[in-house]
Amino acid sequence: MHLVLFLIFAIFALAGAVNLLLQKHPINSALSLIVVMSSLAVLYLLLGAEFLAMAQIIVYAGAIMVLFTFVVMLLNEGREEKTWGSRTAKTLGFPAAAVLLAIFAATILRAGRHYGTISLSDGVTTTQELSKVLFRDLLLPFELTSVLILIAILGAVALARKDNGEA
Amino acid sequence: MTPDIFRILPEVVLTLVGVLVMLTDASMSPKSSRRLLGWVAALGVLAALAASLWQGTLPAGTAFYGTVQTDAFSTFFHVLICGIVLVAILLSIDTLPPDRSPEQHHVGEYFALMVFGAVGMCLLTSAVELLVVFIALEISSISTYVLAGYRKQTGKGPEAAMKYFLLGSFATAFLLYGIAMVFGATGTTEVREIATLLPAARSHLFVLLAFGLMMVGVLFKVSAAPFHVWTPDVYEGAPTPVVALMSTAPKVAAFALLIRLLYGVFPLLHPLWMPLMWVVAAVSMTVGNLAALRQQNVKRMLAYSSIAHAGYLLTAFTGSGTEPIAAVGFYTAAYAAMNVGIFALLSVVGGYDERRSSVTDYRGVLYSSPLSGGLMLLFLISLIGIPFTGGFFAKFYSFTTAMQGGAGWLVLIGLLNSGIAAAYYLRLALSMALPSAASAKAQGLSSVGAGVVLAVGIAALATLALGILPGHVLDAAHAAAQSFAAIRGF
Repeated sequence: MHLVLFLIFAIFALAGAVNLLLQKHPINSALSLIVVMSSLAVLYLLLGAEFLAMAQIIVYAGAIMVLFTFVVMLLNEGREEKTWGSRTAKTLGFPAAAVLLAIFAATILRAGRHYGTISLSDGVTTTQELSKVLFRDLLLPFELTSVLILIAILGAVALARKDNGEA
Repeated sequence: MTPDIFRILPEVVLTLVGVLVMLTDASMSPKSSRRLLGWVAALGVLAALAASLWQGTLPAGTAFYGTVQTDAFSTFFHVLICGIVLVAILLSIDTLPPDRSPEQHHVGEYFALMVFGAVGMCLLTSAVELLVVFIALEISSISTYVLAGYRKQTGKGPEAAMKYFLLGSFATAFLLYGIAMVFGATGTTEVREIATLLPAARSHLFVLLAFGLMMVGVLFKVSAAPFHVWTPDVYEGAPTPVVALMSTAPKVAAFALLIRLLYGVFPLLHPLWMPLMWVVAAVSMTVGNLAALRQQNVKRMLAYSSIAHAGYLLTAFTGSGTEPIAAVGFYTAAYAAMNVGIFALLSVVGGYDERRSSVTDYRGVLYSSPLSGGLMLLFLISLIGIPFTGGFFAKFYSFTTAMQGGAGWLVLIGLLNSGIAAAYYLRLALSMALPSAASAKAQGLSSVGAGVVLAVGIAALATLALGILPGHVLDAAHAAAQSFAAIRGF
């Protein structure tokens, strides 16, 4: 049962990711991304990480993607131009990517024999335990993320604001 | 018992200063001069520098459930990074376009980004938890991506920012994948625990893959070949005062991270990573120097020169014991002093709008502005590595360390490369000494104020001090290396 679900949603995630790249219209790409995010959420659920799965749905598939789609619709950007990339990208890039993929796959498959199974929820199942990890053990990275987000906002404002002399 | 907050005091100070700069910017009237913001930021960074020095007096230890660790190592790099950011801010106060000119924009954000970037860079040197490492690296990277694209009206500014952002994110993704794999192999992201658990990891191949992925990420950040392609384009497109910062401070932090990874996380793989560093060092300096020979644009030339310097730095890693850590620490200090100095003078002589960009544009600089020209010569001499400058002693120390580790051939390659490098540095020096072409427009300097004088003065003094009286910094670098000595195998 788990394997069937895994296969279905893994294929969904991959197909969504490929479709995202192939689509010409930004809206179609954004919708494909929602498919990817939701499929990933199911994969997390299969691994036993219920909270992560819920957060994935609410934050990514919900909030972020809705915002994304809104912005794309508001800007009303047209279809993107299709380029076929540079020659170097084709002659070197694709073989290199294939080799990398092969190395990753081989390593992970070989390692799979050595390792047992582990559940992501290992010991972290309730909200209380999760908060203990998030606000105690990982307090510093948690707080740091706020600086990171502040920088991202600051940078976006600095780069995107029009320079018409005022304000 | 030291309260946890003291262990991240410089970062706290920097964050508060960044917020203060933003708030001051917002509360000022749109018409008033924004130079004040630069001084606020500079004073704040000075306070952070003092806090870092004070941290050095604390006993070494960890805080926040073992996610940060302050010791001689973190103090050394904290002071260095705060110093670089301080000089870069002082430099920017005068060399940014004058108030109310069309190019003048978002000065508040500019200084705030510099200060916030320093938070990430500083934390990168004290983080002993790979999650913190990742977030700190992102903070430092994102602020530099934005600063690189600050000249929006030129075509090259956004191009630089875009290239840097895409390639940089790609490299960070490699690092993150590596961290995930380390977690997969050991079940933890704490540096100390990983080092103890790695020998017991059941799939050696898995660990190797994780190591390789993390190296791709970090070697990109230090712009070592073959991950250097972004450097010349980004340096050319970014404003010169920003290049003074981004060619040094994030690199210093990345080298600290490299030391942490090699000696803290993967001491087990020492027999493997030593030859790897050998090859990367040899390729970096050769590629950097040969490419620099062919450049006409001064900033592109110095970009390739910084790739070569990354090569000289990596040479030290072939040494034995913890000696390489001291050598790398000292080299980063000397490299920062001379590189910030030369880019500071480029922004004064060449201007924010780059009135002078190619080597021939610098003709006659030595006569039209003897002081700036003379100081530029000093930094060039240090970059070549002539005695009595920081550059010489740093290179000497790095090569000696490599010799002791038995990397004779690498040192030979390094010496040959130093010869090649002298050619293009001297080409610029020679061009400055030639009489200026009759057709050349009368080109004045940018307004020189207290900020520039302080910035160049600090850089020049540091370059000379590191060459003539290296004792203090050397002791600090050795103390930094000592804090790693406790780890098994060294």
